[in-house]
Amino acid sequence: MNSTTLTGFVLECSGIRKKFGDLVAVDGVGFHIAPGETYGLLGPNGAGKTTTISIIAGLLERDAGEVSIAGEVMNPQSTAAKRHVGLVPQDLAIYPDLDARENLRFFGKLYGMRGAELNQRVDEVLEIIELRDRASDRSEEYSGGMKRRLNIGIGLLHRPTLLILDEPTVGVDPQSRNAILESVEQLGEQGMAVLYTTHYMEEAERLCDRIGIIDQGTIRAEGTQQELVQLVGQRDRVRLVATGNLTAGAAALGNLADVDESAVTADGIDLIVKAAHNRLPEILAAATRTGVSVAGVDVDTANLEALFLHLTGRALRE
Amino acid sequence: MSTAWTIATKDLRERLRDRSAYIMGIVAPLALALIFGFALNPLKNYEFSATYAVVDLDGSEVSRLFVDDVLRQAPGVEVLQLATTEEGLALVESDGNPFAETEGTTADALYIIPRGFGADVQSEREVDLQVVGNAMAESNAGIAVALAQGYASELTSVRITVATVEGLLQREVDRFTTGLAVLATPYPTTITDISAETKQLDGITFYAAGMAIFFLFFSVQFGVTSLLEERQAGTLSRLLAAPISKRSIITGKLISAFLVGIVSVAVLMIATTLVLDADWGNPVGVALLVVAAVLSAMGITALISSFARTAEQATSMVTVAGVILGFLGGTFFDVAQAGGIVADLRFVSPHAWFMQGLADLSAGDLGVVVVPVLVLLAFGLVTGALGMAGIGKGLRP
Ligand SMILES: Nc1ncnc2c1ncn2[C@@H]1O[C@H](COP(=O)(O)OP(=O)(O)O)[C@@H](O)[C@H]1O
Ligand SMILES: [Mg+2]
Repeated sequence: MNSTTLTGFVLECSGIRKKFGDLVAVDGVGFHIAPGETYGLLGPNGAGKTTTISIIAGLLERDAGEVSIAGEVMNPQSTAAKRHVGLVPQDLAIYPDLDARENLRFFGKLYGMRGAELNQRVDEVLEIIELRDRASDRSEEYSGGMKRRLNIGIGLLHRPTLLILDEPTVGVDPQSRNAILESVEQLGEQGMAVLYTTHYMEEAERLCDRIGIIDQGTIRAEGTQQELVQLVGQRDRVRLVATGNLTAGAAALGNLADVDESAVTADGIDLIVKAAHNRLPEILAAATRTGVSVAGVDVDTANLEALFLHLTGRALRE
Repeated sequence: MSTAWTIATKDLRERLRDRSAYIMGIVAPLALALIFGFALNPLKNYEFSATYAVVDLDGSEVSRLFVDDVLRQAPGVEVLQLATTEEGLALVESDGNPFAETEGTTADALYIIPRGFGADVQSEREVDLQVVGNAMAESNAGIAVALAQGYASELTSVRITVATVEGLLQREVDRFTTGLAVLATPYPTTITDISAETKQLDGITFYAAGMAIFFLFFSVQFGVTSLLEERQAGTLSRLLAAPISKRSIITGKLISAFLVGIVSVAVLMIATTLVLDADWGNPVGVALLVVAAVLSAMGITALISSFARTAEQATSMVTVAGVILGFLGGTFFDVAQAGGIVADLRFVSPHAWFMQGLADLSAGDLGVVVVPVLVLLAFGLVTGALGMAGIGKGLRP
């Protein structure tokens, strides 16, 4: 990675560190994004995703580390670097008293767009986010999905080199969620570099060319989906829907042959097992022996969730 | 600068769509100025003499205050204090025949202060003060009613104003603190004779000026609180992520606050001049005073808001400060006439400098505004600099 030229990447960052009081929210995060690439930061709530991208977007000062966007050093004063970034904050960030067109025009002007260029681009974006018909209504009257789309449209408006989306589907109904995912896919296909944070494994798997798994402020593993899954080897995730003494059960199951990891979840026990189909009878017998009653079994072939459990000893969704 | 202007016009556009902005900036001060101006100054421009009889059945501190400080102080009024209602009625009745010759003393009107009057006033209950007019002296009896109403309005003007502010902001004002401010204010003496050395505005102009500066603090503060609102709404992150300086963000907010302040005062002044014959004085002097007052209001609200975490908090804090400074500064009644410590203390409030500046201007030449303008600017600069330092530091997502 260090041998590639500096200017080859849209984003390069390394050693980012940020403390809030005694809490180290981000501890040595570094990665890079190539032009046209969609990079996912996958991690649970509180992992440090928002803090990381706030530093990358120049909102927050960092305690240590380097960030450069399209060759420009990023910091809160750097207007040159900020010009290249489009940010879609985690929470809605639109003016409710203004309509969609006014929201877009305002932010377009902040990025130096004017006149015909601005008007034309605003129309284009209204088309992309499917708000043309409602462009003159106050945005406070929009549905949740429409507000989300406007939120994303503002980030796109000035044709950023790097678009950063912070958990854009949280709290969104399934239909709007799908629409959002589709538009992110399209942007990726059109060659925009995207940094996408999420705690949904499926989204990372669907959208991202490469994924960094982040937990407690550090990136635990990084690569394409295939590369990451190989880290877990030929391991499957076995999810037991169970009741009873789960702690004792998880401990007992963890000692069985070919069981690499075991963890208690909200509704049972998750296991990482080599070639699970061979071991299922033994697992169920051992569970029963330790006083765990199993109501259902679900076997997934290796995926990111299994990897997360493998890396951290905890389930991604708790 | 063009970025600051972009932000300012965006803010103004949002502001123009906010109905409470018009009410706070223009409608409320105008309406209150009207109410106070008419209700509290019934004697303006009248040269008259009258004899009023009073039967004080209450005998409380409050009723004594009414008789001694309101009635006896009214120019041209002679007061006859009587013991019983019958005695009083005898003075205003002439056996049903208005043209009958009456023997001895008569009165133009009779006040009957009922038992419990003082207690009612103090506990903010409905006050029942009876006025019996003499049919022979209609106009003087009418003035007697006006005097009584004026007194009642004085009592309630404080409550009306606090309640109006509460209604507009849709939140409770800290009654304890404002209560203290009211207690610290001397009893209003708007109808006393005006001594030569205290220059005073005419009634309607006085109240319009008072309400203008009083509400200025509320209409101007949105410039600062809108920064806190942007943080709460998440749009501050977008402003900080944009390729613009923090300074242009703050400048944009200041521009919009300044324009809103100037426009609301200007509309109020023009409206009261056209409709109510208010006399504001030399336009240049007035303009200087208004600009300086707007800047001082911006500075003070910025300083106060820099201690707040949320826009709601900032609004409550500014409201309390605005009410206290308004009372101290004599925007509700002329504290200058109270004399002593209270009259001197008012100058800690920019409101007083604004009011004094206008009063002096009405009597003197343009030069008299220099000191008030400089003091107001100093208020604005000092508080503004401190406030901006705090706000700039807090300009984080
Ligand atoms: N402004 C802040 N002050 C104090 N702690 C913070 C602040 N922002 C984030 N944190 C803490 O830093 C950690 C990482 O937060 P965040 O970056 O928001 O995580 P994520 O976006 O992955 O959910 C959390 O423990 C969070 O509570
Ligand atoms: Mg987050």
